[in-house]
Amino acid sequence: MAAGAANIIEVSGLSKRFEEVQAVDGVDFNIFEGELFGFLGPNGAGKTTTINMLTGLARPDRGSIHIKAIDCSANPKAAQHLMGIVPDESNLYPELTGYDNLTFCGALYGMERRSRENRARQLLKQFGLADAANRKFAKYSKGMKRKLTIAAGIVHSPPILFLDEPTTGIDVASARQIRQLIYDLNAGGTTIFLTTHYIEEAERLCQRIAFIVSGKIVRLDTTGNLMRLTEGRHIVQFALSKDIPGLAGDIEKEFSGIKCQIAPGAAVRIESKNPILIGPFVKFMEDRGAEVSEARKIRPSLEDVFVEITGIESNAMKGEKEKKGGGK
Amino acid sequence: MKARIAFWNILLKDTRSYYLKPPNISWGIIFPLAWTGMFFIRSGQGLDSIIGLLPGVVAISVLFGTTSLLSVTITFEKKGRSFERLLLAPISLELLMLAKTTGAIIFGIINAFVPVIMAAFFADLSGVNWITLIPAIVLIAISSTFLGLFVAVSVSEVFEAQTFSNFIRFPMLFLCGLFFPIEQLPVFLKPLSYIMPLTYGADVLHFSFNNAGHMPLAFNFFILITFCAILFRMSLRNIRRNWIL
Repeated sequence: MAAGAANIIEVSGLSKRFEEVQAVDGVDFNIFEGELFGFLGPNGAGKTTTINMLTGLARPDRGSIHIKAIDCSANPKAAQHLMGIVPDESNLYPELTGYDNLTFCGALYGMERRSRENRARQLLKQFGLADAANRKFAKYSKGMKRKLTIAAGIVHSPPILFLDEPTTGIDVASARQIRQLIYDLNAGGTTIFLTTHYIEEAERLCQRIAFIVSGKIVRLDTTGNLMRLTEGRHIVQFALSKDIPGLAGDIEKEFSGIKCQIAPGAAVRIESKNPILIGPFVKFMEDRGAEVSEARKIRPSLEDVFVEITGIESNAMKGEKEKKGGGK
Repeated sequence: MKARIAFWNILLKDTRSYYLKPPNISWGIIFPLAWTGMFFIRSGQGLDSIIGLLPGVVAISVLFGTTSLLSVTITFEKKGRSFERLLLAPISLELLMLAKTTGAIIFGIINAFVPVIMAAFFADLSGVNWITLIPAIVLIAISSTFLGLFVAVSVSEVFEAQTFSNFIRFPMLFLCGLFFPIEQLPVFLKPLSYIMPLTYGADVLHFSFNNAGHMPLAFNFFILITFCAILFRMSLRNIRRNWIL
């Protein structure tokens, strides 16, 4: 992203209600040209509804949307030629081949036959799908479907790309490939609006991040500034031989100024604003009958910032990941 | 220019994906053939009865040819979310829905001519008024397609589309004057006949094949065009209200 880049998307006071649920509630943000902007929140936070309003699939109840200075609140279709959209679920045609899906999507954006055919071939090669070009989309694996859906979103080389949960529910290798593709696209100048509930993914890719909870943006800042909130925090994770009931509470009672959590897999996570001396904790835990097999210093992450700002336990997000099939 | 490319490719994709599939081609030929045979045998009047049967068979062919596939495919695409891809394309909703329906209209028109072509081998069609028949078939195909579209955008499940289609098609067939003259219908059913587009299409078909229409031709065409416009507008309104939330 170039320094001092102009706003390509301007959103002000955006709201949307579905019957009893206020899905999006007075959201304001700007996205700079060439930026990779992360929109982070748990399921039901309002991420997809926001994307739908930005892309013309939903009508805002209130607020304004300007994309490249085009007022999309009045005419949602006016800026659709500038956008590529990759929805949270692949929505290509199962009966068409990978190649036919891409050429068809190019035609929807008015691309001439030769240029869309060349572009389809180029994208299939770039996304490692050339061998599956003539296979029906229905026969693709989940990871291949995701990649082809992203390819379909950029077939017309849009300046803005909306990516809704691009790595949800796919295998680790495909997720890594997709993250690299997103990085490369942004490096090539595409402005990317990325929604995800994978906090590490946002931390790795995005230049700025907005946290959205219950339809409201609770924090928007550069990834660097958000990470600075973790400065002066120390975390050590101990791996134990077995779970000891009530151990976290006992540790907090014994050692002042620390926060203790039981982590999955018989582990204890200790957080403090002061450097943590491992010895007394190991002794305390071994006195309680647990064998400590490992003590590891952990770099505070964006996940910790998210938990602190939103009050939502990161386990809630992880639970969603597992339900959707992993991906990390 | 760009809109033309999108329109043509949507039409082409639907034609390849849905209308040119062997089961649909066979449906398009077998269905009119079966109806012609059934009414031919039932009439017991030999080859002379063929022209008398043509308005009914042509109307059935168009009605089923257009509504069967369209209402199901649009509901199917909506359910599979691929219809969202079309809604996100930078083309107007009007053009998009015209592209989605043109395939069904063409399929319906071709279906209509299957019994006419078959009848040409057995009966003298020199008395047929082609100048009124062709526009009538086109308008019946358009109004039936838009009726299918209206059904498709009013339901959310494929089975609902099929059920709702039959709920409209079968009463329409028996109340439109194709098989029983409207004058002979019970009084309480007559108003129903006059709110169905096929009633006016059937009247033009009776005129074209047998010179036996009951209503003025211009009136029939005007009502058919009005039905087309209303059904298309209502379908667009439903899409905007129910699918673009």
